[in-house]
Amino acid sequence: MRLRQLVLSGTALGPAVVVGLAGFGLWEGAVRAFGISQFLLPKPTSILAELMAEWPVLRHAGWETGRIAVSGLLVGILAGVLLAMFTTRFRMLNEGLTPLAVAVNATPIVALAPIFNAWFGITGTLSNQAVVIAVVFFPVFINTAKGMTEVHPDEIELMRSYAAGEWTIMREVRVPNALPFFANALRVVAPLSVIAAIVAEYFGGPQDRIGNVITSNAGFARYDVAWAAIAVASAVGLALFAAALLVERVSMPWRLAVGGSDSNNNPGRET
Amino acid sequence: MSSGGEVPAVVVDGVGMVFNEGTGGEVAALDGIDLTIRAGEFVTLIGPSGCGKSTLLRLIGDLLTPTAGGVSVFDKSAHESRTGQDYGMVFQHAGLFDWRKVKANIELPLELRDWSKTDRNARSAEMLDLVKLDEFGDHYPRQLSGGMQQRVSIARALSFEPRLLLMDEPFGALDEMTREHMQGELLRIWGETGTTVVFVTHSISEAAFLSNRVIVLSPRPGRVHSIIDVDLGERTPDTREDPDFFAAATTIREALRSVGGAE
Repeated sequence: MRLRQLVLSGTALGPAVVVGLAGFGLWEGAVRAFGISQFLLPKPTSILAELMAEWPVLRHAGWETGRIAVSGLLVGILAGVLLAMFTTRFRMLNEGLTPLAVAVNATPIVALAPIFNAWFGITGTLSNQAVVIAVVFFPVFINTAKGMTEVHPDEIELMRSYAAGEWTIMREVRVPNALPFFANALRVVAPLSVIAAIVAEYFGGPQDRIGNVITSNAGFARYDVAWAAIAVASAVGLALFAAALLVERVSMPWRLAVGGSDSNNNPGRET
Repeated sequence: MSSGGEVPAVVVDGVGMVFNEGTGGEVAALDGIDLTIRAGEFVTLIGPSGCGKSTLLRLIGDLLTPTAGGVSVFDKSAHESRTGQDYGMVFQHAGLFDWRKVKANIELPLELRDWSKTDRNARSAEMLDLVKLDEFGDHYPRQLSGGMQQRVSIARALSFEPRLLLMDEPFGALDEMTREHMQGELLRIWGETGTTVVFVTHSISEAAFLSNRVIVLSPRPGRVHSIIDVDLGERTPDTREDPDFFAAATTIREALRSVGGAE
């Protein structure tokens, strides 16, 4: 079954690979044919050449930015899940906090980056990390809390008829019920954490990170290097997205069961 | 099915239930309910919608607390019985947990009682055999049909041999054929386990086929209108075509008509 799924997902990727390669071909051809200047849009081949030439710098930058993104992601997830458990357990708190969290989540949190620099220091990584944590926290909190509260009332009554206490209900019903909701949030915040880290780096922090490599090279008109750095950032984002999908699959084996064919995107349960 | 004549299974004594008491939006759901259910009996609560039959079931199960009167179950308060884990419950919504395999769903109440893994395994195997789903222990609930899911739900409710089985329209979502099959299965299981059953339904034929006694409730507020004894002996598929069965159904239907709720 595993093998079949692997083959299936492989064939599903096929068209995307073909379209992607064709896209790069068109890009290369258009830049050459119309003589588009390096300044506006470098050729994929020259970006690839810079990627190889500047690899030690880019690899280091990608690694460091990735570390900020991942650490911020983990802290943001942990905080979001813990607060969701807490507010679900104490309902009053939930009713007060959730609308507030939704409102804050609708504001562009990355816009806070310069302010976080003032709070947490402009030279260290703490302010960058804080931006990532703030961006990750809200979607995780909101979705997880929703999954923990949207439980069929019969399931709660059933647990109560077994004399189960609130924490047992949390462990046995609310947490597993929230997993699909959490997984949806994870799909969003995993790539978002990289975006947040890079935007934060535009405003401050150490100078050897992806954000700074992009701004400084663009500043010196070395656009092909800037593009190479963007490619590295994309790779980091994709890797984190893939990791999110993997977590989703591993944590919810029942969703893969044969016959359980409904969409993985829909957190709502069948009744 | 032995009653023995000692302690009654359920005594409902002058129970009233008012929702939203003291808010101005009060709804009187039940009023002055007196009811005694013998150990080993199969009793059905029937009545038009709004008669409070599900509310009465929840009061017996201590999922709600009455605003007047009291409920005792095997000589203990309903609260003591619930915290003492005497109840098995089955709802219309099978309420199986997607993330647990069928076997693990049946074992859930046993886990909550700290049974050892060996004992749990043995019991869930027994229960799967009882509801004739031996081959499906390692499936996830979503892989099962609605009728099979409801059988798992019954197996889960019976796994710890509850003294009282409370069922709230458990077959309400099933098609007619599956429903009749499940009724037969339930009576077979009831005969094998000897547990006491309180069963809520809005189906006249279901009430007539399953019960020793049918409690007909009148609506707004819910009161006991009449109690109908049903004596059809051992039920078989042929019982459904027996004149006595039709007679019982007619009695129930007439009682429902007189409370304004023939469905």
